[in-house]
Amino acid sequence: MRVPISVTVNGTVYHHEVEPRLLLVYYLREVLGLTGTHIGCDTSNCGACTVMMNGLAVKSCTVLAVQANGAEILTVEGLARDGQLHPIQEGFWEEHGLQCGYCTPGMMIAALQLLQRNPDPSEAEIRHALEGNLCRCTGYQHIVNAVRYAARKMKESGAMPVGGR
Amino acid sequence: MAVTRVFGARIKRREDPRLITGTATYTDDIVIPGMCYTVIVRSPYAHARIKRIDVERARKHPGVVAAFTGKDLEGKVNPIPCAWLIPGSDLKTPPHPALAVDRVRYVGEGVAVVVATSRHAAADAASLVEVEVEPLPAVVNQEKAMQPGAPQIHDGVPNNVAFHWKVSSGDVGRAFQEADVVIRQRMVNHRLIPNAMEPRSCVAAYNRGSGDLTIWMTSQNPHIHRVLLSGILGIPEHRLRIIAPEVGGGFGSKIPCYADEAVVAFCAMQTGHPVKWGEDRRENYLATAHGRDHIVDLEVAAKKDGTITAIRGTCYANLGAYLSTAAPGVPTILHGLMMCGPYTIPNIDYEVYGIFTNTTPVDAYRGAGRPEATYYVERLVDMVARKLNMDPVEVRRKNFIPKDKFPYTVATGITYDSGDYEASLETLLRIIDYPNFRKEQEKAWKEGRYLGIGFSTYVEICGLGPSQVAGAVGFQGALWESALVRVHPTGKVTVLTGASPHGQGEETTFAQIVSEELGIPIEDIEVLHGDTEMIPMGWGTYGSRTTAVGGAALFVACRRIVEKGKKLAAHLLEASEQDILFEGGRFFVKGAPDRAKTIQEVALQAYLAWNLPAGFEPALEATAFYDPPNFTYPFGAHACIVEVDPETGTVKIRRYVAVDDCGRVVNPLIVDGQVHGGLAQGIGQALYEYAYYDDFGQLLTGSMSDYAVPKASQLPPFETARTETPSPHHPLGLKGVGETGTIASTPAVANAVVDALQPLGIHHIDIPLTPPRVLAAIRQAQGR
Repeated sequence: MRVPISVTVNGTVYHHEVEPRLLLVYYLREVLGLTGTHIGCDTSNCGACTVMMNGLAVKSCTVLAVQANGAEILTVEGLARDGQLHPIQEGFWEEHGLQCGYCTPGMMIAALQLLQRNPDPSEAEIRHALEGNLCRCTGYQHIVNAVRYAARKMKESGAMPVGGR
Repeated sequence: MAVTRVFGARIKRREDPRLITGTATYTDDIVIPGMCYTVIVRSPYAHARIKRIDVERARKHPGVVAAFTGKDLEGKVNPIPCAWLIPGSDLKTPPHPALAVDRVRYVGEGVAVVVATSRHAAADAASLVEVEVEPLPAVVNQEKAMQPGAPQIHDGVPNNVAFHWKVSSGDVGRAFQEADVVIRQRMVNHRLIPNAMEPRSCVAAYNRGSGDLTIWMTSQNPHIHRVLLSGILGIPEHRLRIIAPEVGGGFGSKIPCYADEAVVAFCAMQTGHPVKWGEDRRENYLATAHGRDHIVDLEVAAKKDGTITAIRGTCYANLGAYLSTAAPGVPTILHGLMMCGPYTIPNIDYEVYGIFTNTTPVDAYRGAGRPEATYYVERLVDMVARKLNMDPVEVRRKNFIPKDKFPYTVATGITYDSGDYEASLETLLRIIDYPNFRKEQEKAWKEGRYLGIGFSTYVEICGLGPSQVAGAVGFQGALWESALVRVHPTGKVTVLTGASPHGQGEETTFAQIVSEELGIPIEDIEVLHGDTEMIPMGWGTYGSRTTAVGGAALFVACRRIVEKGKKLAAHLLEASEQDILFEGGRFFVKGAPDRAKTIQEVALQAYLAWNLPAGFEPALEATAFYDPPNFTYPFGAHACIVEVDPETGTVKIRRYVAVDDCGRVVNPLIVDGQVHGGLAQGIGQALYEYAYYDDFGQLLTGSMSDYAVPKASQLPPFETARTETPSPHHPLGLKGVGETGTIASTPAVANAVVDALQPLGIHHIDIPLTPPRVLAAIRQAQGR
């Protein structure tokens, strides 16, 4: 059985027929070819698959593609606009917030969610907000610095960190 | 032309743009037309006799292309070899079939494989594979596995002892007789799961026409994988191409040659389809090598003044069910030889039993043997201090190898290249304001708060390493590294390195080295790695060797470019070669700096070849294969300050300060990142992580919900500082930094917790220091 869905991903509307059991992360990666979103576990612990769905950070390994029918999704590929990096991407680059890069797309989406809710988070608030995203390389310190950098940058530019800007 | 000095600069990484925009290509991102998917069916039993495996139902499932069992592989896929055959240890190497044939020996061992046109079809069909077994008694604890009557895991390996290795020096018996204090302590250095965020995966494509096999795989060392898989699959090395695309972390777990990649390659060869495989996290926990897992009985002898005179120990190392690629070398060469730490301990007697159990194979995990050694030695030093009522800092000072004694050969026989242990300790004490901390601690204790400080002064063996030594200790390979520097006609540079970085940032640091040496802007330099068809033979990334050995190879290659460039510049400038100097990217005549050619101009002329000196070969590129004369020995001093909640047993890290000395630093930002990541893993072992098996061989911490990879909120901000003692034998003075944090931090945390609990008379608690364990120790000490 296949179910028709219509999903807006990074501003583009897609129509597909999918198996009901297809996970959103596989839909993004293998149907749409958006491989920036990664899979790191099967228990919703690692957060490598984090994407924005209707403005909320979700773990796309725990959402069925059919549940995303009608939804607006933002993935790492949609963060930069017109060749300009999003301040969060800039922060991760400037502050060495990544090493192997595998957790980074999900980590950045989780950071985006945080900054939407709290534009000026403390170190403890950043660490708390990123609890659902595991990184094995950085020890998190440079990630915390990256998020702070992004917060500063967004404050300076007056840009609201809305999904996809 | 002025070039900004980039060596030693805190510049941001050049690999990041693709990683932060989601445009990097990891193995699982690769799609090839006609590609099929595989699922490996794994044993749910830790030990069982296989009676029957039936793949017929699976084969008939829609979408299934093929299904194979171990019998189908017989004669076509050779057993998986071990590549570190330590001599003089009576090492047993029982066969490790790529898929089990008559017996399974751990939960997660592959028994069959299904190939299908879709991921879902492969998973569905895998569930249709029927495996009938006769369960056998299992043993997971290494000490129990050695006991008479324990289940025998392999034929011809009595008592499951894979090897018995020993290092011995001096007169240990006498040292113990003459000691003022002797301390005996059993310690457990528990099993860990590496947890690279990217699980293992591969894509194999076989061209039946040409006989070429290409495998994209999550590898830390593609050339080693090519050699080993060539032997396993019977494919000539020149027909086999291994590509490590973007690799999402390894920490040692992507060094070994596993059965799975060989099985997947076999599927590609049999079916003619490109085939993809990727483990999910549960499979990763079961089928990818684990780390650590020692039980060790230790004794230390010391004099009244704190001088440590001997260490004696027996280590029982759990190897899991089969010998993984480097497994025998980890608890021996990389561990036992480091049992002197940074100290002048003259007498050592240390033996290691490597033991098979019905668990996932154990191999290198970040630090690989050295974190275990540092943990034991640093705990023992603290115990000596406690027993003698001395400051642990003083005991360390008392025993440090003095800085004017380097190169220094320790009792285990290895020669440390350089060190200034006192300097790193002094720097540390200054940062933490040690005297004040002790006052604060006294006050806290009076208030019933348990505040403690733990030190770890460590040394590690890195920059693996001299090939002759590698051979002498049974490593079935070499440890030199390659670099190729190609200056193009337009003066742009491509660098190929035989190391295989996967997050460590060498695309940046290597470009910094080349920029420094050739005076070429960093933007004009590209560093490539990880493809055996393109890159000269090299040995990969592990053992903090990439910059330490690969960086030296790069330096030599750059110097060859300069030498060749000088010849051509002399010709073009009509000067003698001896009169040509090279600086800042310019060849110029001594005493006449305006008579000059830039390296870009020289490169163009070298390619055009219209006007070359006699005997000069066109083009401007150089290759170097650098075999280091010794290992490098980074060191440092770490301190951890904790507060223990006596009601819950919770340990809170209040401060963590790391002073590391990795020789000269190419990029401080990247070095900080390496230290931070290492600290997270070492602290993870001290406080959170534990791979736990029940008596039936089931991994109870079999998912990320159960195994505690540290989260952002569970780690403190780290304070880092450095001293700089160059390696005297490395052409750039580098030592390597990839493992320092992991090696140093576990004992710093453990020492801090024990220090905090001094008022209760607690002398030791085995790691991980989880709240239940700490609370139990507190309750016991309080007689509750």
